[in-house]
Amino acid sequence: MERPLPALAVFTLLVLLAGGLEVVRPFGRSLAGLTGGLLTLDTLIRTGLLTIVLVGLNLLMGYAGQVSLGQAAFYGMGAFWSAILTVRGPVLGLSPSLVQAWWWPWLVMLLGAALVGTFAYGVGWVILRLRGHYLAMATLGLGITVYILLRENLGLPHLNLTGGFDGVFGIPRLRLGPYPVWPAERYYFLVWLVALLVIALGLRVVDSRVGRALRAIHGAEGAAESVGIPAAAYKAQIFGLSAALAALGGSLYAHFQAAVVPATFGFVPSLELVVMASVGGLRSIWGAPVGALTVLVLGDFVRTWMRGLLPTMAGEVEGILFGFLLILVLLFWPSGIAGRRRAAEVVL
Amino acid sequence: MEVRTTWAHPVIRRQKRAGLGLWTGLVVLLIALILLGREHGFGPADFAQFAVDGLQAGAIYALVGLGFVVVYRVTGVINFAQGGFVMLGPMLTVTFLGQRTTAEALQLLLSILRAVLLTGLVGLLTYGIALRLRRTALPLTRIMITVGVYLILQGAALLIWGPRPQVLPAFTTLSMQDRLLVVGEVVVRAQTLWIWACAVTLLGLLAAFFEFTLLGKAMRACAINRTAARLVGIPADAMAALAFMLAALLGACAGIAVGPVTRPTFDMGLEIGLKGFVAAVMGGLVDIRGSVVGGLILGVVETLWAGVTRAGFRDVIAFLVLILLLLFRPLVPLSEEA
Amino acid sequence: MRALLEVVEVSRAFGGLQALRGVSLSVRPGEIKALIGPNGAGKTTLFNIVTGTLAPDTGDVRLDGRSLVGLPPFRIAELGIARTFQNVHLFGGMTVLEHALVGLHRHLRSGLVDAAVRSRRMRQEERWARERAWSLLERFGLSTWAHAAADRLPFGLQRVVELVRAMATEPRLVLLDEPAAGLNPTEKERLADLIRSIRDEGVTVLLVEHDVDFVMELADEVAVLVQGVLIAAGPPGRVRSDPRVIAAYLGEEPVADHAS
Repeated sequence: MERPLPALAVFTLLVLLAGGLEVVRPFGRSLAGLTGGLLTLDTLIRTGLLTIVLVGLNLLMGYAGQVSLGQAAFYGMGAFWSAILTVRGPVLGLSPSLVQAWWWPWLVMLLGAALVGTFAYGVGWVILRLRGHYLAMATLGLGITVYILLRENLGLPHLNLTGGFDGVFGIPRLRLGPYPVWPAERYYFLVWLVALLVIALGLRVVDSRVGRALRAIHGAEGAAESVGIPAAAYKAQIFGLSAALAALGGSLYAHFQAAVVPATFGFVPSLELVVMASVGGLRSIWGAPVGALTVLVLGDFVRTWMRGLLPTMAGEVEGILFGFLLILVLLFWPSGIAGRRRAAEVVL
Repeated sequence: MEVRTTWAHPVIRRQKRAGLGLWTGLVVLLIALILLGREHGFGPADFAQFAVDGLQAGAIYALVGLGFVVVYRVTGVINFAQGGFVMLGPMLTVTFLGQRTTAEALQLLLSILRAVLLTGLVGLLTYGIALRLRRTALPLTRIMITVGVYLILQGAALLIWGPRPQVLPAFTTLSMQDRLLVVGEVVVRAQTLWIWACAVTLLGLLAAFFEFTLLGKAMRACAINRTAARLVGIPADAMAALAFMLAALLGACAGIAVGPVTRPTFDMGLEIGLKGFVAAVMGGLVDIRGSVVGGLILGVVETLWAGVTRAGFRDVIAFLVLILLLLFRPLVPLSEEA
Repeated sequence: MRALLEVVEVSRAFGGLQALRGVSLSVRPGEIKALIGPNGAGKTTLFNIVTGTLAPDTGDVRLDGRSLVGLPPFRIAELGIARTFQNVHLFGGMTVLEHALVGLHRHLRSGLVDAAVRSRRMRQEERWARERAWSLLERFGLSTWAHAAADRLPFGLQRVVELVRAMATEPRLVLLDEPAAGLNPTEKERLADLIRSIRDEGVTVLLVEHDVDFVMELADEVAVLVQGVLIAAGPPGRVRSDPRVIAAYLGEEPVADHAS
């Protein structure tokens, strides 16, 4: 067991440094300018948001050994929950003064995470009985069902809660009292504060009775049960936790983007999460930020490169990139960047 | 020491009831949908229409499901890329046709043939790259690799053809406007007949292949016992490659047959693939007849459902059925370590 | 003396194969009982039924008079039954010490929240658990390998790790599934000593074994299972000379025995 404290301290310093550079702007250059366009503030904020989601996914896939091909659905549920309750509040009968209170979005965010987590916990009891590929298919189906519900306005067009294809826009920025957590330089610190707390949470869970139980379940479920570990209960718990974290990330995403569309939370994004987790290293909490950053930067790079190569290119490059990355990681590098060498045949 | 008289324990009963419960559930679902339809004001003609449309969709799902079954039986892998094959068929056909919306019969036929063969090669490639390299991998790893292949296929399709739907001319009229046959109050598209014909033909060919040809029998041997097959001299790897190619050919045909009805798009493979998978699961992933019947039932249930709910929710029922199936049809032995 | 474990008329079939037919046996507290029989006799199936991994078609299993059938495996483990597996089922990626710690799972209570906030309960429990785990490793002679990856150890040691994991739960009854399989004679001796010392601590042992000599030396009582039917039960000497047993299992002629 490594001692997480020095690593966490170092990482925190790096986070602060990056944020600090963006605020101070030495030589009049932003972070993007300093790194030659490699790292932008936007990228780092997205990395932070994804880290929050990926720590949960990592615990689920890397430690408990359960596959989820629909995690983006929980991300989307959190995002839309925050969006709806802060923008469409009056439609649901909430008083405008409540909706506009500075503390309302924060409450909504926490409530959303709790609700999504509980929902996933319940669903988890049912579907986590399935093994391997069947579980993968079930989570896939769940993810797509949620996406369809979001796209179809939850079947209630007159309320126009999710805004159909176009989603919800005009999501307010978060505020602490009278002070907005904006512009982006400030939001960066908020996102990373949460991300660092989540990383710390992940590290603590791993190095605990629960973490050992999860790893035991992953290693040999029958043997884990034989020493009194209720596998089903633990799997459901960790599924719920991963969903709650995803929802939390989604809420923060909503307030960052100020607009949410269902397309962001479909099948390919769910796979993107799996790819990021795999690239970063499934059996390591640190794999979350590492994987997120790597894939994001790689994506930017490939997109720019391909635009130069094929200017007439018709669409997005993400899909094909993730496909290649996934295959490459699975074939040649199963333990990922931050993962331990031993972790070869982890989940995948 | 007292000995209690023997009694049958309730726990074991659960397993045997699952099969019955599943079919009962489906029948109940069907009845519920019919009742809902009656409330909406649907009459027998409407239901007949639903049945026809449902059987059209169902035939496609059955074909796609066959692709899953063939690959699963011979290799034990759930080939997620199957949906990608279904998409490639019509998209390639459109390209070979020069993206014309009207064409001559011969041109169409040749384009179709070229597209199907090319997709077959892609299937072969899928096997080659992805599955040969990782011999000792867990089944889940292999499936994730096919997921990666699907992503690549869909991503490439997006880059090559863009996000907009393509147009494939109907087989009968060789143009965008299909001929409609009216039987009583039911309208049947000519393409529907093509789809049924295609499904029946391919099913027949497949059955004949497995039953009567040496190659087909060799594949079946591999499906039953890979090691034993190898001992008898059957090259299991070649059989697996063949299985993938066959699945790709089947998928491509299915996609092409339905192409004129639902415009081919870069991401059409996802939902058709998943529904085909549901059909295959209904047959336990190994039973051809079961998955064909399953596909047809799914098609009908889905069309009925789409008739009584909003159009956008059409796909939800397939996933509902999938989750119900996965839960009530134990396909994996309960105790893996026993 | 009241039996600790009672298997009552248990039957179990798999498709067309009848694995167990009306098997009844009982294990008294503090004894070492062995179940022997040829391959495919249904021994592991019986184990799986006792531990809750499989359900019997008919019959009952009772621990101290309390029926276990229908309880999930983890509940049965909590009630005091531990086991080892025929093909050692260690946790991939975990060290020997961690195996012991996992074995202590049911003595601890800390959950997710405790882990998150590093509560006092968690810190106390972890301290206790670590001490306990170390003393277990010492007792079973595994201290030197504490931080080694358990599934990379030589096979004989892997078996001991499984034993440690089972004993960590502080069971009343431990089921050993072919513990001597694959061990050389020295290792078997050591294993027999370990099993005896476990019994001396007050833990009842039920083991399944192939090696008849090993069993005859070690067990207080022997039961013989052949094709799902229990054909004999009793002290080793009696069973060994039982003609039905000899005919079915041990071979044609009784070998001149060195112990009686």
